[in-house]
Amino acid sequence: MLNLGEFTKRAFLNGRIDLSQAEAIIDIINSKTEKEAKTSIKQLNGEISKRLSEIRKKVMEILVDIEASIDYPEYDIEEVTNSKALETLEELEKEIGELEKTFDNGKIIRDGIKIAIIGRPNAGKSSLLNSILKEERAIVTDIEGTTRDTIEEFIQIDGIPVKIIDTAGIRNTNNKVEQIGINKSIKTTESADLIIAIIDASKELEEEDRQILELAKQKKSIILLNKIDRSIVITKDEIKDKVGDKPIIEISALNKIGIEELYKEISNIYNLGEIEIDDTLTITNERHKQAIICMKEHLKQSKIAIYEKMPIDVVTINITNILEEIGKITGEGVSEDIINEIFKKFCLGK
Amino acid sequence: MHFGGEMGRNIDKAFIQSRMLNTSKGPAVHSLRAQADRKKYHIEMKHTLENQENLYIKQAEIINIEVEDSKVKSVETNIGAIYGVKCVILATGTYLKGKIFIGEVSYESGPDGVFPAKKLSECLKKLDIDIVRFKTGTPARVNKNSIDFSKMEIQNGDEEIEMFSFENDADAKDIEQVPCYLTYTNQKTHDIIRKNLHRSPLYGGEIEGTGPRYCPSIEDKVVRFSDKERHQIFIEPMGNNTEEMYVQGMSSSLPEDVQIEMYRSIEGLEHVEFTRPAYAIEYDCIDPSQLKLSLELKSISGMFFAGQINGTSGYEEAAAQGIIAGINAGLKLQNKKPLIMDRSEAYIGVLIDDIVTKGTNEPYRMMTSRAEYRLLLRQDNADLRLTEKGYEVGLISQERYNKFLEKKEQISNEISRMKSTVIKPSDAINEMLVKRETSPIETGIKLAELIKRTEISYEDLKAFDKDRVELPKNVIKEVEIELKYEGYIKMQEAQVERFKKLEDKMLSENIIYADMKGLSLEARQKLDKFKPSSVGQASRISGVSPADISVILIWLEQNRRSR
Repeated sequence: MLNLGEFTKRAFLNGRIDLSQAEAIIDIINSKTEKEAKTSIKQLNGEISKRLSEIRKKVMEILVDIEASIDYPEYDIEEVTNSKALETLEELEKEIGELEKTFDNGKIIRDGIKIAIIGRPNAGKSSLLNSILKEERAIVTDIEGTTRDTIEEFIQIDGIPVKIIDTAGIRNTNNKVEQIGINKSIKTTESADLIIAIIDASKELEEEDRQILELAKQKKSIILLNKIDRSIVITKDEIKDKVGDKPIIEISALNKIGIEELYKEISNIYNLGEIEIDDTLTITNERHKQAIICMKEHLKQSKIAIYEKMPIDVVTINITNILEEIGKITGEGVSEDIINEIFKKFCLGK
Repeated sequence: MHFGGEMGRNIDKAFIQSRMLNTSKGPAVHSLRAQADRKKYHIEMKHTLENQENLYIKQAEIINIEVEDSKVKSVETNIGAIYGVKCVILATGTYLKGKIFIGEVSYESGPDGVFPAKKLSECLKKLDIDIVRFKTGTPARVNKNSIDFSKMEIQNGDEEIEMFSFENDADAKDIEQVPCYLTYTNQKTHDIIRKNLHRSPLYGGEIEGTGPRYCPSIEDKVVRFSDKERHQIFIEPMGNNTEEMYVQGMSSSLPEDVQIEMYRSIEGLEHVEFTRPAYAIEYDCIDPSQLKLSLELKSISGMFFAGQINGTSGYEEAAAQGIIAGINAGLKLQNKKPLIMDRSEAYIGVLIDDIVTKGTNEPYRMMTSRAEYRLLLRQDNADLRLTEKGYEVGLISQERYNKFLEKKEQISNEISRMKSTVIKPSDAINEMLVKRETSPIETGIKLAELIKRTEISYEDLKAFDKDRVELPKNVIKEVEIELKYEGYIKMQEAQVERFKKLEDKMLSENIIYADMKGLSLEARQKLDKFKPSSVGQASRISGVSPADISVILIWLEQNRRSR
């Protein structure tokens, strides 16, 4: 089978679509949820390109005036003063800033939220995952240490992809295979956006539980007190003493009690209900984000050059860099375009 | 025996007005412009060449170039003489199948009534060289005595003259300069043009060549910028021994009677007398993407091209290629590697890389915005950038090279001295600083830091800099620029560093891109056609994407390992 991205690459190379449109198509191919598909389509329509081309136009306008006056000093072209350049730069800063803000939401929409479930062996991690997935995916047994490797699943909460990783129970063990699983668990929590720490409320806290709570305390987390269908020996207050103001929810993973409350909590933490895809455009691509961060940096440097009273042709070094960064997203060239614009705008030459 | 640098030396002998343009902007875009006495420049340069050892000058029309085994073998003149050659440089200007248009009249001719080169084009076509047709224009030449300068703005040359050649000392020169004048077209001029557009071969479709946007005829300007009320016209003297003046800005291919009418509608030109009318000229040139960066044709060894035949504009662009083609033809005869300047080293490098890598669909004009590293390519440091290269190819005398080394050392010594010398706060210095509208100092500060302030010059610090030794003016200038713009220069140098990484990855001519897996179809075709010399050059070919460049880099790496 032909590589799916190949058609896109060709369309881009033939100039039928620009780079950000091409990437949006790849995103659609890979898109996991409805909301994400919507952003992708929006980007494909050229929303980002449109917004960027407005920014580009503004940068181009000022650059063209400066460059024309440099290459044709004997012609009556109005000189761009530093204060006029500064005015434009400040407008640009605002617009680029707005574009950048959309990225954090974009990242959630695109990559989803990565949640790691941690807990002592047999605390109910796999049962919780099963309740969430509403199907028996993980093996649920009474023998401690059944889940040796991690299990990953995608669910949707408020239309946002959530990647859930069920880790092997954290337990001090001599069993080699299990040891590897535990190390991996600790590692997984490091890369997770959110930790769900699950405690067996029907048993007294053990050393492992304390380690787990310590891990949870250091990150964005939700603490679950599981097995409330049995007689409980651990209270919310006792946990609060150990983790501070993290949300604590009492559940029964086996009987699917408290699962809805868990969803609500996740949604609350990320304001998922408020991410509105239909109104705003969103940058979901990491490469775009990088380009925008660079744009901001070049903007800042241009302003510094102006404050240092550098001549206008020195200031343009940084302004031109902004165009280069925009080109990295839209695939448009710079120098030839400046020249085209100069001749479009000014009547120059012998 | 002569060495290099003759163009600078001869314009210094032949200029009649000199101005440094853009002085209100930064040093990177300062631009020295000399108005030449055209006849004098011609005579001086011809004389220089006639005295060159081992150079035999012949004047004749070349009608055929013989090629054997993809190598040039001989050239043949129109009267049948044959010269055996190892290298040939074609610099045909606008003469190659030149055709002049003035209104309804057109005839085969070179510029200004000189013979065209009629037959060489056919020979080039037979050698499978792609030919395109370009067009340019020239304004009328008029008699100075018929002009009323009192209605125009006078433009004098600079009082303090900067010379073109780094070897000439400006202070020693006391040259009498002649002024230029500025006037404008008006509505009446534009009306005359509009009324007669149908008589222009440009709008009638007789001219097939592509004209440059940067050198539009006056009718082009009026049509394309119809809302502009007036256009600038510069009246420039042609030389000291002539009353002819050049009406820059008024090139045209309209009939002579229309030209006279429109010229005379301009203020100050009411009674102007033409000596020669304006004309458009169409000529043959080659698609420059058939060339290597050395300006040698890829397909025929020893055949070099320079100037307007490569699809560039004349003057500076042509001069830049002429020196490179000349150097490289010379190096080839000595079996040495060609001299190639890259985009970070000289405008020459930008120009040649642009036309060779991308081709051009109109006469190419060098503009500063084409250069990525403009701050490094300053006219003030041209000698620092290029003397070393000139020395390596034998164009710089030992004496001059030693002087250059001395200057270089003086500059770097003074920069380090200024970076290590601390100046203490005192009433005197603070008084000066306040007077220059910059903040006074409270603690000791390095000289280099003080000079970074735009308000402060090297001269300002003299009284407070006890250890200072007298240095030549051009050394001081370099020190000042390098310190004042240090941060920005470093930034561009870092960019150059990144750029060089891909430039230094060479690609052999023998690579067959059609066989390279993973390349897009378009990239394969373009790369096989262009045969870029480095990955950097490949990345500038249109249709070669960053993904294709990754493929090439991976291929290079695999190739390196398997060897």
